[in-house]
Order: sequence, then C-alpha cells, then structure tokens
Amino acid sequence: MENRKVLSDKTVGLKPSGIRKFFDLVSEMKDAISLGVGEPDFDTPWHIRDEGIYSLEKGRTFYTSNSGLKELRQEICRYMKRTQDIDYVWDKEVFITVGGSEAIDLMFRAMINEGDEVLIPQPSYVSYEPCAILADAAPVIINLKNENQFRLTPEELEAAITPRSKILVLPFPNNPTGGIMEKEDLEAIREIIIKNDLYVLSDEIYGELTYTGKPHVSIASLPGMKERTIVVNGFSKAYAMTGWRLGFACGPQEIISQMVKIHQYAIMCAPTTSQYAAVEALRNGDDDVRMMRESYNERRRFVLHMLNEMGIPCFEPMGAFYVFPCIKEFGLSSEDFANRLLAEEKVAIVPGTAFGDSGEGFLRISYAYSIDNLRKALTRLSRFVARLRETK
Amino acid sequence: MDTLKQKILTIIEKNSRIDMKELAVLLGTGEVEILNAMQEMQDEGIICGYHTMIDWEKTGIERVTALIEVRVTPQRGKGFDDIAERIYKYPEVDCTYLISGGYDLMVILEGKTLKEVSGFVTNKLSTLDTVMSTATHFILKKYKDHGTIMTRKYEDQREIVSP
Repeated sequence: MENRKVLSDKTVGLKPSGIRKFFDLVSEMKDAISLGVGEPDFDTPWHIRDEGIYSLEKGRTFYTSNSGLKELRQEICRYMKRTQDIDYVWDKEVFITVGGSEAIDLMFRAMINEGDEVLIPQPSYVSYEPCAILADAAPVIINLKNENQFRLTPEELEAAITPRSKILVLPFPNNPTGGIMEKEDLEAIREIIIKNDLYVLSDEIYGELTYTGKPHVSIASLPGMKERTIVVNGFSKAYAMTGWRLGFACGPQEIISQMVKIHQYAIMCAPTTSQYAAVEALRNGDDDVRMMRESYNERRRFVLHMLNEMGIPCFEPMGAFYVFPCIKEFGLSSEDFANRLLAEEKVAIVPGTAFGDSGEGFLRISYAYSIDNLRKALTRLSRFVARLRETK
Repeated sequence: MDTLKQKILTIIEKNSRIDMKELAVLLGTGEVEILNAMQEMQDEGIICGYHTMIDWEKTGIERVTALIEVRVTPQRGKGFDDIAERIYKYPEVDCTYLISGGYDLMVILEGKTLKEVSGFVTNKLSTLDTVMSTATHFILKKYKDHGTIMTRKYEDQREIVSP
C-alpha cells in the first residue's frame, strides 16, 4: 500500500479558515480587546436555561426521534406561521438539526450530484463554500458590492447562472456585512429563480435581528417559493443559545426526508436538553428577543456614529450584529490592517477576507459587546487610523 | 407615554450617568429631543432623582438594612396616608410602602447601626398611637439589588474570535 494516501484529497484541498488563522494570532496576545466574536454577549435567558435544567432533573436524557421532539417541531410551525405566514406540516416538512450549520451541510449533500453548481454570494459565512465542495458541487461565487449595500441584485444573479446552476444560497441578514434583503429585493430575484428552476438555501439565522422597524421577510413566503426553498434557522442568535447547538430546517418533504436520512445516520438526533429548552424559547421568549434586538440596535448606532466621527466610510447595515466598514483609503490589505491593528493597539477585528475575496478592503466589526467595551476598542481604532493618515 | 421617553427611562434606570450626547446616539435621535424629554419627565416627577448604587459591604463601613413590617389602625376618612406620612417624615426612613397582605406598611431603614434601628423602632415607631405592632427584619446579604447581581462580576467567557 505504498501509494496509499492517508487523507482525502478533497478535504486536504479545502482552504484553511481565515478566521482560524486570525484566532491563533489573537490567542497569543494576552490583553487584546476583541470585536471579533460572532455570537451574542447575552447569556441564554434564565427561563430557557431553567427549562433545560428541569428536563435533566426529570430524567429526559434519551434520544428524541431523529427529526426532533414533536412539541418543538410544532412550535416551529407556529413560529413560521406567525412570523412568515407560511404553513409547514410538522412531521413532514420540519426537522431539528445541530445548529443551522448542520442543515447547510445536509441540504447540499441531499441535493447535489457531482458538478451541480451552488451559487454563493460573498462576503458570507465561512461554511457554504467548503460544504458545497465536500458535497461534490462546484461553488460559483457571486461577489456582492458595497454600493448595493451587499444585497444580491437580479443582474448579479442572472450573470452567475449557467445550465448547471442548482442551488442559490441566500445568507440574509448577512454575516459579516450586516446587509439584508427586504421584500422588494427578494421579489426582484424571485422570477429569475423560478425561471431557472433554482432551489434556495435561505439561511435566516439572523432573521430576528433586523433594525428597519419591519420584520424580516423569508423568501419562502413569496408565491411559488416555498416548494423550492429550504429555510435554515436556529436558536443561536435570536435567543443567545450558541452553545446549545440547535437549529432547524423547513422545506419541501421530498428534500427534507433525504436530509433527515443523512442526519439519522450521521447524528441520530439533536441534543435532547437543548430541544426542551428551545420549546420554552419559542413559547415564552418573544420579550427576550425584543429586548436583545433593542440593545443591539443601540450599539449598532453607537458604532456607526464612532466610525463616522473617524471618517471611515460604512454603509448602514440593517441586520445581524456586524458593521462592515471600508478601509481601502489606507492602502493596506484587510489582513495587514487587522494584523497591524492587533499588534499596535491590541484590538482584534476580523479582516473581511475571512468571508471571501470580495471582503478585501473591509473589516467585520461585531457589536455584540457592551458599550464600554465598544468605546474602548473603537477609541484605539481611531488612534490607529489617525496614525496611519499622518504617516501617509 | 411616548416610546422615546420609555426608552430613555430603560437606559437611565441602569446608567443615570450616561452622557446625553451618547444617549441621543444610542436612540438614534437628536440631543435636543433627549434634553426636552428628560426635562419634561423631571417636571412631571417621573424622574425623581439620580442615585448611586453602592455595595457598602465592600467599603468596610458597618451598616445594616432593616425591613420593618408595621401593622396600623387605619383612620376614618384618611386611610393609611396620615400615618404613613408621620412615619416617612423621619429622615432615617428610606422607604415607606403600603402593602397588601398580612401587614400594612413596609418601612425600610438603610445604612444605620443596629442601635439606631432599635432606637427608632422602640422610641419612635412603636409609640405612635395608630401603630399596633412591628416586626423588624435585618438583611444579612444582598445577592441582587436594582437588577444588579452583587455577588459576581460579568466576565466575557466567549472565544475571543469566532465566525
């Protein structure tokens, strides 16, 4: 077996995560202030944690059905009905996953035949491209633009479509840009999707966190879209439950049943304790979500105000908890900028390129931090920026 | 009450020292609107003061907090208001509440020595005509006060960078 390779070419060939590289750098620095976190700073609301603890006390420590607790799937159907006015059948069109990320992986694996193309708008979350590659798809990157506030336009979509296009990823509200797609933006691409017989992976994990005053609209709620959309969502961002690892997927039975098949072999079921806690979150968590949204919105305004005072251009992001300022004027790459900022001012801000090449010239600032922490970090950024301008 | 005022109250209830400019930024409005709303709420007596939360225990200064349950005989035509007034006018009294249930008034004395509290109860409170009985409780430990947990500090336990 001399020529045998220990590792899979496909896996080895995956690009290492840009976040990981930066993380290693930051970890070496002891007292760095970070604006680099992609999760809420709130603890999971106590009544939700309490329900998880209670389920353990009651001895609910067994597997649930592969698709997840009946109560939870039914609550998710009620949630989709009241927020999006979409009817899903709880035991056929919904199932519970280990975080939203598992659902992304499963949808690709359930649908892709070798060479099928997955359209991935970037900058976006780091998983889509590698998961598509692992499923033998050919990822096709759509580079979103600052001047469109990082929305996907019909022209950009149309230009990327080929006869092999199969799945369009719609990552909105967006990590890392904070960009959103409003109803009219979705309507503008709906016909192109239907005309080209595309399926949509609508990653709505930040769906509860929009700041326009209007609730988030799922593309699945538009005519003709429910039957070709997998809505991926979860509890991590809305209820500050990242560590519980719980997400869900809703969509046509034909696809969901194949996703559940893989899930059942690879995972069995999502964590039982987390599922009980999530039932409580959906039943009694609306006020918590409102309170956290309000708080994020205050911090969003604060960060934008401070960037504005520094003269760093940034479009007004209306979703998630990130702002995505442009640093092109300094003539440094995103990575160089982030590395120098870390070395000189001990502030960790993730370079935009960690989320795709089109993030070049941008930074992702997370505002899931206290105002005091934001002020401290941004004051240092401001000092750094002033120094760069002086020496230019 | 309009929502701006409500939002201001939510923030300053936790942080009364917040800069008015910053408050305007957080709420996405002008400083003038904030100042006007604050002035109105002060005039209306909605905002009654700006106090500081102090964990006296950490100062090493000896202080006790006493909660005194008071049962009184209500007076015709006046109810409890007169007797409450006679009690809350003592400067050593911090709070006076009318309470439903097993007793009538809750009187709170903060920051006194044990001797001062017992002196107040025996010499002043109990001797009032309408006071039928009192029961004094001392606070042994404050875990949480005004929404702030006193026993632990917030610590960011997240990974320092994550996608």
